[in-house]
Amino acid sequence: MALGLVKFDLKKRVKLAQTVWFMYWFAVMAGVLVLSMGLFFKIELRKRSELMDNNESHFLPNLLIFMGLVACGINGFGGKVCYDSLDPTKFLKWKPMLKGFLLFCMGFNALLMVTALLCFLMRIPLQFTLAEGLKNGMRYYKDTDTPGRCYMKRTLDLMQIEFRCCGNENYRDWFEIQWVSNRYLDFSSKEVKDRIGSNVDGQYLMDGVPFSCCNPSSPRPCIQHQMTNNSAYYSYDHYTEELNVWKRGCRSAMVSYYGGLMNTIGVLVMLVTLLEVRVQPTQSIFYLHLLDLPKQPSRCQVAVTIGLQYIDSSLSTLVNPEDPESESEGWILEKTVKETFTDIMDKMKSMGKGTKVEEGEEAGVATVS
Amino acid sequence: MPFMPVKFNLQKRVKLAQGLWMIYWLSVIVGIILFSLGIFFKIELRKRSEMMDNNESHLVPNLLILVGLLACGLNAFGGKVCHDSLDPIKFAKWKPMLKPFLLLCCGFNALLLLTALLCFLMQFAVYLTLAEGLKNSIKFYKDTDTPGRCFMKRTLDMTQIEFRCCGNNNFRDWFEVQWISNRYLDMSNDLVKDRVLSNVEGKYLMDSVPFSCCNPGSPRPCIQHHLTNNSAHYDYDHRIEELNIWTRGCREALFSYFSSIMNSIGVLIVAAVILESVDMAGLKYLTTALETMDDPENPECESDGWLLEKGVKDTFGDLLTRLKTLGTSNQVVEGGDSPTAAN
Repeated sequence: MALGLVKFDLKKRVKLAQTVWFMYWFAVMAGVLVLSMGLFFKIELRKRSELMDNNESHFLPNLLIFMGLVACGINGFGGKVCYDSLDPTKFLKWKPMLKGFLLFCMGFNALLMVTALLCFLMRIPLQFTLAEGLKNGMRYYKDTDTPGRCYMKRTLDLMQIEFRCCGNENYRDWFEIQWVSNRYLDFSSKEVKDRIGSNVDGQYLMDGVPFSCCNPSSPRPCIQHQMTNNSAYYSYDHYTEELNVWKRGCRSAMVSYYGGLMNTIGVLVMLVTLLEVRVQPTQSIFYLHLLDLPKQPSRCQVAVTIGLQYIDSSLSTLVNPEDPESESEGWILEKTVKETFTDIMDKMKSMGKGTKVEEGEEAGVATVS
Repeated sequence: MPFMPVKFNLQKRVKLAQGLWMIYWLSVIVGIILFSLGIFFKIELRKRSEMMDNNESHLVPNLLILVGLLACGLNAFGGKVCHDSLDPIKFAKWKPMLKPFLLLCCGFNALLLLTALLCFLMQFAVYLTLAEGLKNSIKFYKDTDTPGRCFMKRTLDMTQIEFRCCGNNNFRDWFEVQWISNRYLDMSNDLVKDRVLSNVEGKYLMDSVPFSCCNPGSPRPCIQHHLTNNSAHYDYDHRIEELNIWTRGCREALFSYFSSIMNSIGVLIVAAVILESVDMAGLKYLTTALETMDDPENPECESDGWLLEKGVKDTFGDLLTRLKTLGTSNQVVEGGDSPTAAN
């Protein structure tokens, strides 16, 4: 008793071909989307690689780019085969590759699912890289004359402006490091000498922050130096003053930005995987349906996807193989589920027995000589 | 003698119809692009309307939105006509509308050309508005407690950061206005009193700029106060110091931004005009080819297509005489009325 029987005539086949062709081109767009997301993510990581100590992992964006390209290739190839499928002469050259192509598609879908999962998991190593990198970034802020670090100041300033954050955890991180280069400090001045002498490391520490910490929404012009000294400014109390500098730390700002980005990419890749999985049965329905159209029907026992069986069965029951307008039937499984599984088990057992016999024969040959 | 005649057989007609259909859909996409560019331009003007004294002219973006919508509509209709053209029954219902449709397309092309011209000319208006608006913005920077102006500081700071500019013409514009609110000045302090009294208007002027003028690319931490006082900072000479603050004025920065947008839109409109003309020519050829078929029942017969039925000169002569008859027919009517009035 066949499972899921469907009748196919020429019109239905043509409609199926058109549907599959559209789905393929939609899937190519999805592949392009995955590729562009991978590129965007790679560019974002590169833009701020200085803040991540230049050792962030580019594994995920590279994988996304690769998957996007493979998706485009596979679906483009599928679309081409679909386009040629209604012309028997053109379809002949694609016929031998089809089964392998369908299996490859399934492997690709599995890999796509793994990529989506990675998008959600790779947040955690990224957080650690960011924490470490930002700490070093702030330490190298003043080294604008050291090759390899001369752009750290600009990168950090632009980041603080763009993400509206200040320091690592908060603005007080700037009080603990020297962020003014020695080139711009007058060492003959008493004040400078006092400050340097006041701590063990000999650093010029001050209760000031760089200008990029300033909040433009503050109603008063930015107070960035002597922030904890209430008497330095008129009508200023640093305990109640709220809007003057950004309160958020840059680590939490960047983590939430990259985390959001990776979540979005993960969700989109999931959706693309679902689309690809939907394309599979329809394409299979169509291909195996045409595989044996001009010749004698052949029995195909590959029970991999629903569609494959539809196609195969539809082809085998063609009343007149030479006439494309003839009707045919299609189904998912020729016998019931139970019987199909017992068939598969029998086949596997016979395969095992076949190799055993071969080994026995070889051993026999070896002992004779 | 028809102008630029071409012979058509069935295959040529079919190819022309198909090609024209694709070009019409391309024109619909161009119409959508124009529409979205109009919306983008309108949003950009609104975002910075505070810098332009809230009296910038929205003529160009509104016109672009209108033109984009019209283009979509006209070209979709043209595409539909093309699609139906090879079926005589369907084409028969479109036939009477074609002549007015082509005239409408001509008028639309003229409107497109006018819009392109406006895109290039209105840049002067934008420049003048910007100059006036920025001057006032800098004046109102400190008024963060005055309703209607309380966001001026934030807008100006964000503009200076985003466009990498300082002041109207250059950073010295900040030296001429008081940009610190009186709320934050200790009027009992001698220093403050001296400064306020040192000028006629009683403003607290100083040689400093807001933090948003700072250039992050500068190797040294930003110097924004006492800019002209070399001894206030170690190893500082304000005449050679280049990278510390942005040296460009915001008027120039904003104007170059808006003018590049308007120039690109103008160029796109000119391309749209060319595309529309190609559409019109194609449609004229197709309709004339279909009308001059010797035997309408036989689709395989040959036919002629042309752009103008007579030569260019003759067509213009016809148009002029028609306009004249329109004028003279009015006159005759008046003459007819007066004798009845005299009676």
